[in-house]
Amino acid sequence: MTEILDILLSANFWAASLRIATPLIFGVIGALICERAGVLNLGIEGIFTAGAMAGWMAVWLGAGLWGGVLVAAMAGAFFGLIHAILTVPLGLSQHVSGIGVTLFATSLSYFIYRTALPDVSSPPRIEAFKPLDIPVLSDLPFIGPALFQQTSLTFLALVLVAVTAYVLYRTPLGLAIRAVGDNPSAVESQGLSVYAIRMCTVVAGSAIMALGGAFLTMSAFDAFFFGMVNGRGWICIALTVFASWRPGKALIGALLFGAFDAFQVRLQTEVGSFIPGQVFLMMPYLLSIAALIVVARKADYPRALLVPYFRGQR
Amino acid sequence: MIRFEPRGPVPVTRVLAVTLAAAVAALLLAAIPMAFAGLSVFEAYGLMVKGAFGSVFAFTEMLTRATPLILTGLAAAVAFRAKLWNIGAEGQLYAGALAAVAVGTGLVSGPSFILIPLVVLAGALAGGLVMLGPTLLKTRLGVDEVVTTLLLNFVIVLFVQMMLEGPMQDPMGMGWPQSEPILDEAALPKLMARMRIHWGLILALVAALGVYFLLKRTVWGFEIRAVGENAAAARHAGIPVTGTFIRVGLLSGALAGLAGVGEVAGLKGYLTADLSPGFGYSGIVVAMLAGLSPVGVVLAALFIASIFVGADSMSRATGVSNYLADLIVAMALLCVLVSGLFLRFKIRFVGGPAAKEAAE
Repeated sequence: MTEILDILLSANFWAASLRIATPLIFGVIGALICERAGVLNLGIEGIFTAGAMAGWMAVWLGAGLWGGVLVAAMAGAFFGLIHAILTVPLGLSQHVSGIGVTLFATSLSYFIYRTALPDVSSPPRIEAFKPLDIPVLSDLPFIGPALFQQTSLTFLALVLVAVTAYVLYRTPLGLAIRAVGDNPSAVESQGLSVYAIRMCTVVAGSAIMALGGAFLTMSAFDAFFFGMVNGRGWICIALTVFASWRPGKALIGALLFGAFDAFQVRLQTEVGSFIPGQVFLMMPYLLSIAALIVVARKADYPRALLVPYFRGQR
Repeated sequence: MIRFEPRGPVPVTRVLAVTLAAAVAALLLAAIPMAFAGLSVFEAYGLMVKGAFGSVFAFTEMLTRATPLILTGLAAAVAFRAKLWNIGAEGQLYAGALAAVAVGTGLVSGPSFILIPLVVLAGALAGGLVMLGPTLLKTRLGVDEVVTTLLLNFVIVLFVQMMLEGPMQDPMGMGWPQSEPILDEAALPKLMARMRIHWGLILALVAALGVYFLLKRTVWGFEIRAVGENAAAARHAGIPVTGTFIRVGLLSGALAGLAGVGEVAGLKGYLTADLSPGFGYSGIVVAMLAGLSPVGVVLAALFIASIFVGADSMSRATGVSNYLADLIVAMALLCVLVSGLFLRFKIRFVGGPAAKEAAE
């Protein structure tokens, strides 16, 4: 028991929770925005990979860290555009298109990486984002190291949650996005274009998702490697349902998830090896399924999610 | 402005022509990254064709590669027909392989005509049972099966790793995480001497015929199609929708499980955690390329397998990354998705004020 308490009382644990949560925050906010407009984006796993690769490569080629972030977002927007074209005006199956985008983005990223770096055994490293040293806040006892010694991208993720919540609930644009996911023909009758709103939303949401991947290569690690996304994208899809499509709850979900993940790693080192490591690694996935089961009954899906809209059809 | 006008029933020749056009489009698109990688495109495709069809060995390798793809393709096709989105064929494949190894490495002993069917049944059952969970969650609690089947893939692969480093590790395996070899009596026989091609191919072809017959000629098949077209209407018409989903789920999982059986009992002989290079996900591409038709699945699996085997061989010859194969397959999926529009709709390009009037 004391081990558990020790873990919970260490600043290091809380810092790790927030760090692990960061890519999930980007992912779940991006997924949530797309789904609010009525488009499920299963391209997320591939868009993560593309963001991770593109961001890393841009920095490696000398674009600078924020240049890398921009390139990652553009890569996400590109794959988001493919998904948007296939699912919105063409009205194709969102499930299959999303899987297709994931396969395409992942294999294209791997192919480009391998073509650019044919024969390296250890991937080249870049100068990644450093933890910010915020005057006063970073020096606070416990809270400083736990919350304020994060990289800029973590703070960007937190700001993004607030901005998304504000835009969705307090602006006409947000109203339009939510309406397009709930009742597209009503939006059309207001003289707005369902197609334009949905496509722009999916592109923007995908760009945000890609930042989650960029965080992996430009903040959590300083290199790109194969299989590094490792299912984080799918976890975000589960978290979106868990969050019932609300940015605030999405943040809480991602943080809970990060805390759980950080906790199991530490528990594993404390408790030792008589439980196979895979049991701990399975937990995030089982936990996601459990969360889905808990919320499924009262899940308030955007009513037009997965339903293609065709102009002039009711 | 583009307008879609729904088409009536589509003749088979048109389906074939459009699908073929999509495949060609994917190969043309793939020429772009190939050119970027510095390949001469004609030469590269020449090497790919040679790598997949150039010799008896190449051809049997291609068929060996197609075997699991036929089964995972059928798994996706039959589920997607009912709009049950089983994205978990990868995990179900591993579950089938694990069960096959559990039964086939000495749990029971006996002659081949008992052991082989036992191994095959165990694998199919394991795959089906894995899919039962997400299906029940969908029908009873309304949990989205896309996410649950996807997440289970990771859980099952980790479970396989755990078993291979624990209770099922081969004591003679020098510490490698691999299972004991499958007994000779439990292994699927080879089809040709000195080649890797095995009876799993026959199993896959029989499964394709079986699914074809099921969908075309049986009440269950009719129910599956009806549920897929409109679950609410099917329920109204007295079709047991929940029961249909459960049956489809079991069948889909079982087919994916069989793919795992073929890979361990026919090809590798033992189980490792890298048994499948994503056959479950490629199965989705195969199914879409096939327009969800069981006969089409066989053809599409052969096409995808020849890309994988051909690109592998080309990549060895030229030194270009073999991720190119995955890239072509992904492009094929996207092209086929778009081409589906040409089957379902007449597409009219209309412009000017007349179009606006028509839209209003």
